[in-house]
Amino acid sequence: MSSTTELRRTPLYDRHAAAGAKLVPFAGWEMPVQYGGIREEHIAVRTGVGIFDVSHMGQVLTRGPGALDFLQRTLSNDVRRLPEGGAQYSVLCREDGGVLDDLFTYRLAECEYLTVTNASNHESDLAWLQSHAGEFDVDVLDRAGDFAMLAVQGPNARALVQRLTDGSLPSRFHVCLRAVAGVPMLVCGTGYTGEDGVELMLDPEHAPTVWDAIVQAGATPVGLGARDTLRMEVCFHLYGNDLSEDRGPIEAGLGWCCKEDTGFIGSEAVAAARASGTSEKLVPFVIEGQGIARQGNPVLAGGEVTSGTFSPCLERGIGMAYVSSARAEPGTHLEIDVRGRTRRAVIERKPLYRKEA
Amino acid sequence: MADPSYPDDLKYHSEHDWARIDGDSATFGITWYAQDALGEVVFFDPPQVGSQVSKDQAYTEVESVKAVSDVIAPLSGEVTEVNDALGDKPETINEDPYGEGWLVKVKLSDLTEVDSLMDSTEYQATLD
Repeated sequence: MSSTTELRRTPLYDRHAAAGAKLVPFAGWEMPVQYGGIREEHIAVRTGVGIFDVSHMGQVLTRGPGALDFLQRTLSNDVRRLPEGGAQYSVLCREDGGVLDDLFTYRLAECEYLTVTNASNHESDLAWLQSHAGEFDVDVLDRAGDFAMLAVQGPNARALVQRLTDGSLPSRFHVCLRAVAGVPMLVCGTGYTGEDGVELMLDPEHAPTVWDAIVQAGATPVGLGARDTLRMEVCFHLYGNDLSEDRGPIEAGLGWCCKEDTGFIGSEAVAAARASGTSEKLVPFVIEGQGIARQGNPVLAGGEVTSGTFSPCLERGIGMAYVSSARAEPGTHLEIDVRGRTRRAVIERKPLYRKEA
Repeated sequence: MADPSYPDDLKYHSEHDWARIDGDSATFGITWYAQDALGEVVFFDPPQVGSQVSKDQAYTEVESVKAVSDVIAPLSGEVTEVNDALGDKPETINEDPYGEGWLVKVKLSDLTEVDSLMDSTEYQATLD
């Protein structure tokens, strides 16, 4: 038996190593954090095309006559509104409303749904879902080993992938089966960068072929470092930073993907939080002047930074913090203790980065 | 980004700092290894001219997109000059870590401390 602490490698590990990527442990995987540099990779996604290996993410297949009722019970969004070939974002909640994960679910067929999990939560999500499947006529199956996952993102991403694809690409928040570079796969009109693009889920064996074809067509390999700065500029949550079991979706600003009238697990707690308000709220902020706040930095009037970085587009420190709901309006000034030094920040509206019209 | 290099005329500290000794003064900076591990530096917060730095103690920090790192003083003394040009172009630390990317100049208080530093060969032997 190999040690459980041994890091897992995606089918693209050799590609990353050959490209000179810096590989770091992430959620039990050895993942590329950067190739050339976070800033240039970030800008490549904002202005051209980037390709990310996100094969560490997991997949759960839910199928059977009871699939819809089961997912309606477990996912926060209204799964009835998810058409065949559609994609939907939701959170998975405990009874008390604590967030177990945030997820995209794709409806592949009438009674077949594929849900993408965060790598760090895959096993626990799967166990949670299976433990609640008993009363439904449904199979909940681990499919994480069946898929490599690539994200191709940026203003030119669709055009690039289209040239390699045997049919039209799915529109935003849709999914279809296509052959890309001759390899059949699920092509999804989703992503987590704030840019247009697609995500590809395919047989791991063929991942290197597809990676090479997309890179040769002009996409820049982008690591998890820029994935983090990109998602933060558009205020997308990262589980483990901005979301946790100790926080509910309302305070996290995810009430929009919670439809309590569906009766999902945790819906009573979410409805109560929505009705009475929460003591804290997650807000995006920009540092005034120099300095970069990081995860865990305290907000002086109460609260905590959950994500913080340097924004390559805004060229300032940015982040997200839980602060008192009484002081959560855009324009409110914050003082953040950054390693013993007080930095001033201002609460902004989402997203922090907007494409120029 | 510059290629890996560890010039022979510098003295090295195990926390990946270098010192260029010139009489009773020295220039400090971070090594190629340190800037590579850190990634693109986006912020350098210089100490005050006139402040005291102590060997093996943090005297400033450099920050990259992904992380912040303390910079350890390889020797003790008083800061006589800081590299203000890094305020606008902190990435110089990556591009030229032993030249334009220097951090501070220090009037040394104890020249015997120099004996505890490593030469280039010894320092490189400590790297992976």
